[in-house]
Amino acid sequence: MHCKDHEEYPDNSRREFLKKSTAMAAFAGLSPLIVKAGENDEKIAAFFEKVPLELEINGSPYKLDVEPRVTLLDLLREQLGLTGTKKGCDHGQCGCCTVHVDGKRINSCLSLAVTNHGKKVTTIEGLAKGDELHPMQEAFMKHDGFQCGYCTPGQIMSAVACIREGHANSAEEVREYMSGNICRCGAYPNIIDAIMEVKKGGQSV
Amino acid sequence: MINFEYTRAGTIKAASEARQKDAASQFIAGGTNLVDLMKKGILAPQRLIDINGLPLKEIKTDAKGISIGALVPNSVAAENDTVKKQFPLLSMALNAGASAQLRNMATVGGNIMQRTRCSYFYDINLPCNKRKPGSGCSAIGGYNRMHAIFGASNQCIAVHPSDMCVALAALDATIHISNAKGEKKIPFADFHRLPGTSPELDNNLQPGELINYVSIPANSYNKSYYLKIRDRLSYAFALVSVAVALEVKEGRISKAALAMGGVAHKPWRLTAVEQFLIGKTPDATVFQEAGQMAMQGATTYEHNAYKVKLGKAAIIEALTKATR
Repeated sequence: MHCKDHEEYPDNSRREFLKKSTAMAAFAGLSPLIVKAGENDEKIAAFFEKVPLELEINGSPYKLDVEPRVTLLDLLREQLGLTGTKKGCDHGQCGCCTVHVDGKRINSCLSLAVTNHGKKVTTIEGLAKGDELHPMQEAFMKHDGFQCGYCTPGQIMSAVACIREGHANSAEEVREYMSGNICRCGAYPNIIDAIMEVKKGGQSV
Repeated sequence: MINFEYTRAGTIKAASEARQKDAASQFIAGGTNLVDLMKKGILAPQRLIDINGLPLKEIKTDAKGISIGALVPNSVAAENDTVKKQFPLLSMALNAGASAQLRNMATVGGNIMQRTRCSYFYDINLPCNKRKPGSGCSAIGGYNRMHAIFGASNQCIAVHPSDMCVALAALDATIHISNAKGEKKIPFADFHRLPGTSPELDNNLQPGELINYVSIPANSYNKSYYLKIRDRLSYAFALVSVAVALEVKEGRISKAALAMGGVAHKPWRLTAVEQFLIGKTPDATVFQEAGQMAMQGATTYEHNAYKVKLGKAAIIEALTKATR
């Protein structure tokens, strides 16, 4: 019985919604070709629901049209090819997807792209200056701040923000303020060493 | 995630009207909870009304106290100088919640509105009266280690997950709301609900009503502490938490505010304990008795009886740390 409920709940709303979208398509007087494509409701829904979105990503302006349900993470990876930002849990629990929005670190998996209209996004691809790596990237390499490397872009983006926020005054404080980034390989001691070295080095981050 | 329509609200009034007009709509601000719930199919709004552009981002202070806009990010509230100086309990509670990333996204209003993290609420294959009224409660008789020991009903034993709200309950905050007719305010203690026979309702906010800001009256507490006990040292929901604010004058407690998190469907204010503490010397014997008193009337389930012992210990520890 409950399995049935499970099927009904999202599907009903979905059907309802798609019906509405298809009706809208017909109403808007689109060419028969497109209305015919309404047999594939998904396409029409997507076509109708796209929202204009302007973003600056790693210093470059983007004018986009995105579906409201697309997260910032999926926009970066799937539509813009910026695959440095990783998808781990996709539920805000692991920190792999950490990017900076207007200078603040956030989980891009829980942020709908459209809610970031007009903002500046920095991803791991935007950290280095050409071939010159960011001091945090250098420090992670020097201290072996990773093993498999999957969490590393998120760790580095979070680590840079941690120093900028003024929350890297001791190893203990770094552990607390880096707790939103999980490393399943357990490279934590080396990650902390890397962050503390950058902090103590006093370089501009 | 199923698709939905999306609108950006330009004014507070327009946001309320749009929400009221469409029963299948929801407001979105930081989205940290809502987007997660939508990905899991627990919520499926057909329209999201983006309120991020509304002018609800200010923190204002005067002699009467502080008001914090509903759209102020948790991290900004936690790091605000006045909050840190005059309401350190709130700052501590905010910093005990979630991670640095989530605190940058999550807003004060959204924190108040967040849903329970009961694992059965999150599992759409299982009955849950909060998610689907009348379907039953899987936590009663299920794995209920995280669940309520106070104020639960035979329909729901979920707990409210917020840390910030525990501090706001202790500090006698007021929630300021706007709706199509105008403005109204609700004392913090009356905002969230106990599950009773309507566990689907977390709070008393009506459709179309929007939290505009939260105010906290100025106070004379000179000792405070927020203690959070969880399964790991950071970034986990509370098993139990305790917010303590005391005024200690000439070696005696003259004012006291205490609330607990992780024990009920809403932040759990300990008024009897507060009364007991007033006039007492802050020492280990008094704190023991306070801890004991706080746990009176607790109802436990198969896996959460430990919360009674842990809750008492947490109260003693929080009072000790506050007065150290």
